Amino acid sequence: MAARTFTIDGKLVTAEENATVLDAATEAGIDIPTLCHLEGVYDVGACRLCLVEVTGIGKLLPACTTRVAEGMEIKTDSERLRKYRRMTIELLFAERNHVCAVCVANSHCELQALACRLGMDHVRYDYTFPRWSVDNTHTLFGMDHNRCILCTRCVRVCWHIEGAGTKNVSGRGSHSHIISDLNQSWGSSETCTRCGKCVMGCPTGALFAKGVTVSEMERDRTKLEFIVTAREKKQWIA
Amino acid sequence: MVIDDLMEIAAKEKAARKPWVVRCCMAAGCMSSNSRGVKEALDRAVKEAGMESEVEVRGVGCMKLCCQGPLVQIDNEKPGATVEVTSVDHSPLYEKVTPEDAASLIGTLKGGKTSVESADPNQPFFTGQMSIVLANSGIVDPERIESYISLDGYDGLHHVLREMTPKEVLDTMIKSGLRGRGGAGYPTGLKWATVAKTPSAQKYVICNADEGDPGAFMDRSVLESDPHSVLEGMAIGAYAVGANQGFIYVRAEYPLAISRLHTAIKQAKQLGLLGSGIFESPFNFNIDLRIGAGAFVCGEETALMASVEGKRGTPRPRPPFPAESGLYNSPTLINNVETFANVAPIIRKGAEWFASIGTEKSKGTKVFALAGKITNTGLIEVPMGTPLRRIVEEMGGGAPDGGTIKAVQTGGPSGGCIPAHALDTPVDYESLSKLGSIMGSGGMIVMDEGTRMVDVARFFMEFCMDESCGKCIPCRAGTVQMHHMLTKILAGKATIRDLEQLEELCDMVRNTSLCGLGQTAPNPVMSTLRFFRQEYLDLLQEDTLGPGATNPPQKTVPAAN
Repeated sequence: MAARTFTIDGKLVTAEENATVLDAATEAGIDIPTLCHLEGVYDVGACRLCLVEVTGIGKLLPACTTRVAEGMEIKTDSERLRKYRRMTIELLFAERNHVCAVCVANSHCELQALACRLGMDHVRYDYTFPRWSVDNTHTLFGMDHNRCILCTRCVRVCWHIEGAGTKNVSGRGSHSHIISDLNQSWGSSETCTRCGKCVMGCPTGALFAKGVTVSEMERDRTKLEFIVTAREKKQWIA
Repeated sequence: MVIDDLMEIAAKEKAARKPWVVRCCMAAGCMSSNSRGVKEALDRAVKEAGMESEVEVRGVGCMKLCCQGPLVQIDNEKPGATVEVTSVDHSPLYEKVTPEDAASLIGTLKGGKTSVESADPNQPFFTGQMSIVLANSGIVDPERIESYISLDGYDGLHHVLREMTPKEVLDTMIKSGLRGRGGAGYPTGLKWATVAKTPSAQKYVICNADEGDPGAFMDRSVLESDPHSVLEGMAIGAYAVGANQGFIYVRAEYPLAISRLHTAIKQAKQLGLLGSGIFESPFNFNIDLRIGAGAFVCGEETALMASVEGKRGTPRPRPPFPAESGLYNSPTLINNVETFANVAPIIRKGAEWFASIGTEKSKGTKVFALAGKITNTGLIEVPMGTPLRRIVEEMGGGAPDGGTIKAVQTGGPSGGCIPAHALDTPVDYESLSKLGSIMGSGGMIVMDEGTRMVDVARFFMEFCMDESCGKCIPCRAGTVQMHHMLTKILAGKATIRDLEQLEELCDMVRNTSLCGLGQTAPNPVMSTLRFFRQEYLDLLQEDTLGPGATNPPQKTVPAAN
């Protein structure tokens, strides 16, 4: 396999001819933000966060699906790219009900981490507050559609790694949502092998393991009493 | 099937022709106003007049002046005529014909009078047209292959298979200068050559008949009026690129087009014009229909191919382009209906003839569907480079009831609004894109002074929002936000900051979306902002004065559609 030589952010880099820009950048220690990319499954170029500028090409190209070429000059960071990436994250936050404070994935969330990294200090768009449901019918796992960003990682691991084909996308546009089998409750799915890959692959708290979640949320009743009485007893001021 | 058989069919068809041909439009537009009843009444009237041996009542495709349907026209063949189209006397084009009018129309053949209103065939709507794609439309019977063959149908395919190498066909297409009629205007010959040069044992040809732009009905008319011209174009394309299987992806909302295509494919197969060893050459080609399930995004080529494969119709990033890796990962030639309909005439009449029509960079003709606030609603086919003013004011007859044209919207939800002061722009790919619009597939919606441009922008944004597939974030979530901001502006609740944010979002969605739907979704907003910015500003609240001291929210009127 032949190698290709090109530059990323001014740095000379080589990669195998079939490598993607994202592979090459990762190898060179350059971190391009991604959300739909998941090592091990094919890329779909859907989240548009990994868009990079390539000299001589008018359009922005997704690093995850663009193959490297000899002499390519790639820019992974610019004022414009940072702005677009921040806007993309803002759009995601406005699209569904991403409330970090009550999320099982708080501080283990790729969306949250990217928002911090890209400097999203607030969302300038009006929240749409859609009414999405939570599917808790599965014995082991749960799915909270409010936290889903439709990266389709779960769909891809389910079809192409596990081979079960349980997860899929239904509806279109802002009505798109992840379904199990023929749009039935996850618990009634006959194809789900309960392997949990979708849960492991999920970048947010949309898919979660029930056991783990419950143990994380173990109630401390003494705290409850404290919250109720602390104000009266002026225990807030230490 | 050899050429002699083809000529025999044509000769038989011509010999069986009766002196009078009463053509009755049986395309979807006229059929929706009972042209089937008119045709049956005409048949009965002929019988009652005892003129069955002299008069043929023929169901034909679109006769273009759709707003006046059902349309009927009568031809009287001149004695000794050999060529049908040019040597007949046409009656006026009878408009809004009802079944009750049939007897009096047939009566005119014997010198009687009729009170049916008629359109003058010499008015600019007709004389300004130049027919290549629609040459057979309204003349052939779309449900009989013999009718098409009698007008030199499949002659081009025979010529290509027996006299030309694939390379020569490609050269002809390149020389003709034909560009894709789906909207983007990619040179057809170049696309064909790319597919031809990509080595593969299996290649495909796809005809994109998923016409979905609001107000556009050109492709539907071509399929309903002259389906064989599309089949012939596809077969020629398949020979040139080395494909043996074709698909026509047609939307389920076009039941008549689907049924006529079914009939056409069946007839072509029966005569051996599709199948194995066509015209006793080693060339095999079959065409199957695939019916779209009502998703606008499936007109995008990669989404269309996913849909043909039975998958969810969502686009994928390009490259690889379909010409290298398309349907089932094979090289795939995918063109629009109108593009394929241009192919056989180019082969028959030569690349030079085609290249002599139109402008330097845009050759040939373009079919437009005139709709909206215009007197003559219907189909027109004009040479590229025709000024918009001639199309909407002379041919279209301007706005009805003495109204003034405010803007013309081209290119559907991907296009833009061209203001009245720019109506002298010639219609070609480059001129329209300079104005921030696109040629598009040919929808042309005329708006008058009563149309509010912010409404128009919101209408198209709502369309894009509903039709977004949901795969990429900028299109899925961005269109929702843009629609929300436009609604806010229309409600008089927005400030200049909202407008700035809208423009910023337009730029972002255009530059970051995955496919053409998202990349062009902001176009209607951006073009109306460019030419009608004041209308937006008039709706804004004063940012400094705070809420209350503003223009009262105005009543919204629905957008033209």
